[in-house]
Amino acid sequence: MNLAEILSILKARMLTDQVPLQKTVESAYCADLMSDVLSFSVTKSLLVTGLTNAQVIRTAEMAAIEVIVFIQGKSPDSQTIKLAEEKRIPLLVTDLSMFDTCGKLYERGLRSQFHHLNQAPIITVRAQSL
Amino acid sequence: MINAEEGVFFLTGKDFTNAGAASSSLKGVLEKRGVPQDIIRRTAIAAFEAEMNVIIYAVAGMMKYRISNTEISVTIQDMGQGIPNIDLAMTEGYSTAPDYIREMGFGSGMGLPNIKKSTDHFVINSMVGEGTTLEFTIRLANGDKERA
Repeated sequence: MNLAEILSILKARMLTDQVPLQKTVESAYCADLMSDVLSFSVTKSLLVTGLTNAQVIRTAEMAAIEVIVFIQGKSPDSQTIKLAEEKRIPLLVTDLSMFDTCGKLYERGLRSQFHHLNQAPIITVRAQSL
Repeated sequence: MINAEEGVFFLTGKDFTNAGAASSSLKGVLEKRGVPQDIIRRTAIAAFEAEMNVIIYAVAGMMKYRISNTEISVTIQDMGQGIPNIDLAMTEGYSTAPDYIREMGFGSGMGLPNIKKSTDHFVINSMVGEGTTLEFTIRLANGDKERA
């Protein structure tokens, strides 16, 4: 699913400038607990969250999350948006609730793919250009 | 083959504005070196969890790293309250974090278990009233890709 589709499905607005718009995501993860995101999320994914502090951006950076969607019209402050722009992570905000946000994305085919508790992490190996 | 590389970042307790900056810098070092993405992600996650622990619980600390051609090793040492029961702290879901930390999305008791899960070797030493030292290692499967 690409950024344009996500924006349209969620009637979302972009909060960041100067970030790559060609991003696509293969799965989604939803949480307000950043340790859960760090523990269970996978790469190439979208994060749906109600939390709007700078730690969300840091978490996405470390976990290699491609896109963040904030729910219920909650926007982070300008410093947090600036950090996301530096890290080239697009931030979106939708007026939908967390339940509806996830529901609409699910309806359009997006699924979660996460590391199950007590299971070795799924290591995705991609071809590296040398 | 490229040379081994090491460095250190200093961490200040309760400095939530810069929380994550050290792990972000370490991630940058690994990217510059051409370390594979999945290894960078595991290192960044473990370093960030450890860094947040220092920010949340300690007065100050430091993160030292060393990257060789075979592994990345990171040591996070803090001057903090220490951990009275490490087995308990290693239990998923166990946390002593205050409410304001939980409101920031941390303190769900997944930090230390997550560091263990993300790394190949993990050692934790703690002395109540003095501080905690974490050391973890992540293997670079076939050395840096520059060797290829």
